[in-house]
Amino acid sequence: MIMNARLSRVSIGIALLIGAAISLYPLFFMLSTSLQPSAVILEYPPRLWPSAPTWDHYKEAWNSQQFGQSLLNSVFVTVASFFALFALSSMLAFAYSRFEFRGKRLSWLVLMACLTIPVMTLIIPQFVMTRDMGLYDSYWALILVYTASGIPFTTFLLKGFFDSISREIDESVYMDGGSSRLLFLRIVMPLSKPAFVPAIIFNALYIWEEFPWALTIINDPAKRTLPVALANFQGQYTTQWGVVFAGSLIALLPILFLFLFLQRYLIRGMTAGAVKG
Amino acid sequence: MYAKKLRRDAYLFFLPGFLFVCWFIVYPLVQNFLYSFYDFRLTKLSDKTFIGLDNYNAIFHEKLLWISLRNMLYYGLLTVPGQMVLGFLAAYALYRSFPGVKFFRAVYFVPVVTSWVVASLVFKFIFTDRGFLNYLLTDKLHWTSAPVSWLSTPFLALTVLALLGIWKGIGWVMVLYLAALQNVPQSLYDAAKVDGAGAWQRLVHITIPSVRQTSSFIQVMLIIGSFNVFTSVMLMTGGGPLHETEVLLSWMYNKAFKHYDLGYAAALAYLFALPIALLNWLQMRRDKESD
Repeated sequence: MIMNARLSRVSIGIALLIGAAISLYPLFFMLSTSLQPSAVILEYPPRLWPSAPTWDHYKEAWNSQQFGQSLLNSVFVTVASFFALFALSSMLAFAYSRFEFRGKRLSWLVLMACLTIPVMTLIIPQFVMTRDMGLYDSYWALILVYTASGIPFTTFLLKGFFDSISREIDESVYMDGGSSRLLFLRIVMPLSKPAFVPAIIFNALYIWEEFPWALTIINDPAKRTLPVALANFQGQYTTQWGVVFAGSLIALLPILFLFLFLQRYLIRGMTAGAVKG
Repeated sequence: MYAKKLRRDAYLFFLPGFLFVCWFIVYPLVQNFLYSFYDFRLTKLSDKTFIGLDNYNAIFHEKLLWISLRNMLYYGLLTVPGQMVLGFLAAYALYRSFPGVKFFRAVYFVPVVTSWVVASLVFKFIFTDRGFLNYLLTDKLHWTSAPVSWLSTPFLALTVLALLGIWKGIGWVMVLYLAALQNVPQSLYDAAKVDGAGAWQRLVHITIPSVRQTSSFIQVMLIIGSFNVFTSVMLMTGGGPLHETEVLLSWMYNKAFKHYDLGYAAALAYLFALPIALLNWLQMRRDKESD
């Protein structure tokens, strides 16, 4: 019986290690390729690890004007969308969690329906609309659409958490003559910090890596975001895999750090939030 | 007085966000529907002609419809259960704490954090004809005599696309299950142990039913996700060879922005989005009723 338990523990351990290796293998592969001189990358048989690692591709990626610019563009678009997205979503979630108003049920259904619509199927009307607004080839087109696309899911997550905050607090705030703005900004929002973690991670992932819309609405190479710039690297330097992967790794770092920093709050935030067993 | 003030406040919180969603999601949704009845070209946006159901008609006479349906079905059948089962197993192995558990959780989430563009490029490079995998299979293991053309054989290319989808999604499913598993009361397990239930019985009779709601949420999200497959197809196969690996979104995108046929593409978007939305809707309703 004890032998059996130990055996199963060992096999679970091995399975976990294999899973970890598979999860990390492509990253390892990117790293090793990006450290090889271009001539070596194209050699056959391919090498698992460079015999003489070089940082040349990183320098090349970093110094190429497009890359630095697109990194900045991505940071700007992500941050700007975040402000709008979280302001609007948390207010909306607060309205659903704390108030009764006409159209509440119907509008909630509309919002949840939006959650099930694949974002990309709206690309044509959104393209025509933003173009008519004179926003073709502008950051605004990205920010507005990213914000709107993130609202339904973010509201859904936050409302679940807001609902779990006791309503007795509301009573005491109003009894003391406090306004709903006070309740929202000083009590509900601070208490909901854990709920923001999954919301931040999912939206950061979505916005930072969004590809089709940015590919469609941005034409000027100087305004490209990272995913489009990277995909273009591949087309532009067909054989320069080293530069492509050096750039990819640089693009991965910010989001990886964000995740590692927030990771320990992630599961707590989800446990307390809307998605319960 | 008090209630009236609160009602006004309600709209102040409600309207900005909701109107924004209406502006950029609901309104385009309606527009898309209208476009699908027009001959509407990207090259002459101001001049569109009403053609009734012609776009839909053309779609149903197009062989690509069945090809992309078949491809999406195959992709979904591999990726939805693949991600769910592996993600659940990962969560089940990692939801209790033991030394190193944080490391594994973080590592399994890394593919989720890797963007679609980056992941597609790496997979493409790994699976190229003269790539590492072929080297391993032919020159090292001698399993195949000639390099396998992974990305130019439709069936294999779709499988590689699905592998990428699974690889990238396991961590996300794991995190959702981790949260759910931590909410299963320990007392249930204790009671089962007292009754002599083994590990397997506890898993089947307690754990899996307890996370049922999470499972169906995940299922809905994964179906939407598999329907949304686009970036990997565009970057790895471009829908080729000869449109054999085309999925709805790549087909739609090419119709709209390479052939400039917006009306046709809008009809396509509707034909595919509607059944999926309906399916998800039904699932959500069923969950609500079973509560």
